[in-house]
Amino acid sequence: MLRLPPKPLFDVQVAVLAGYPREVCGVLVGSILNGVNAVQRIVQARNLNVERARDRYELDPEDYLRADQAARADGLEVVGIWHSHPDHAAAPSETDREAAWENWSYLIAQVSRKGVTDLRSWRLEGDRFVEEDLER
Amino acid sequence: MTATVRIPAPLRSFTGGADELSVEGRTIGEVLEHLTNSCDGLGERVLDGKGRLRHFVNVYLGSHDIRTLQGLETPVEDGAVVSIVPAVAGGRGRSLSR
Repeated sequence: MLRLPPKPLFDVQVAVLAGYPREVCGVLVGSILNGVNAVQRIVQARNLNVERARDRYELDPEDYLRADQAARADGLEVVGIWHSHPDHAAAPSETDREAAWENWSYLIAQVSRKGVTDLRSWRLEGDRFVEEDLER
Repeated sequence: MTATVRIPAPLRSFTGGADELSVEGRTIGEVLEHLTNSCDGLGERVLDGKGRLRHFVNVYLGSHDIRTLQGLETPVEDGAVVSIVPAVAGGRGRSLSR
């Protein structure tokens, strides 16, 4: 399960709408307890895939590293990844699966010009994504 | 030389839950070799069959990607911090049918 309190939820919504129609991405920072990934804050990262930013993202590993270092300093950790699917379902694609990692939550926001229209979280189990509960 | 290796959450099932480990080695390659020898299953997640870094794995020495240094031959000083950074990519292209 992914637990996403109001503040980080709001921050994701603002970031994906501000980035529309480009895909935007970042990391979920929080704690992992008994299989629950509990988010305390989100960090936006650069999308290095500038040429195809409408339908691809490549999260800048240096942004990840900085977020990870800051999280560890606060006794937290990276518990997942968030990214947007502009005008597209909040479900993982084959492209998402190819570079996915187990134990992380993958939060995907479907976003249109009007705002976030769907928000779902997924986890990799074996070679497939399974939707997990999202507690807001 | 002893380095501190930072393990991301997706790989902690191979380290008994440890989020960092102290590992001996004179180079990044030696550190990774000693690390993967002591953690069953971790090696195939980090290195390919030829002992090279897998495509979706980045390794940082401090704040530097080792690919911009000397790769696996990069020397490691005592007390160095080595971070395994999962590459993260994706996007809405090519949806999976469910």
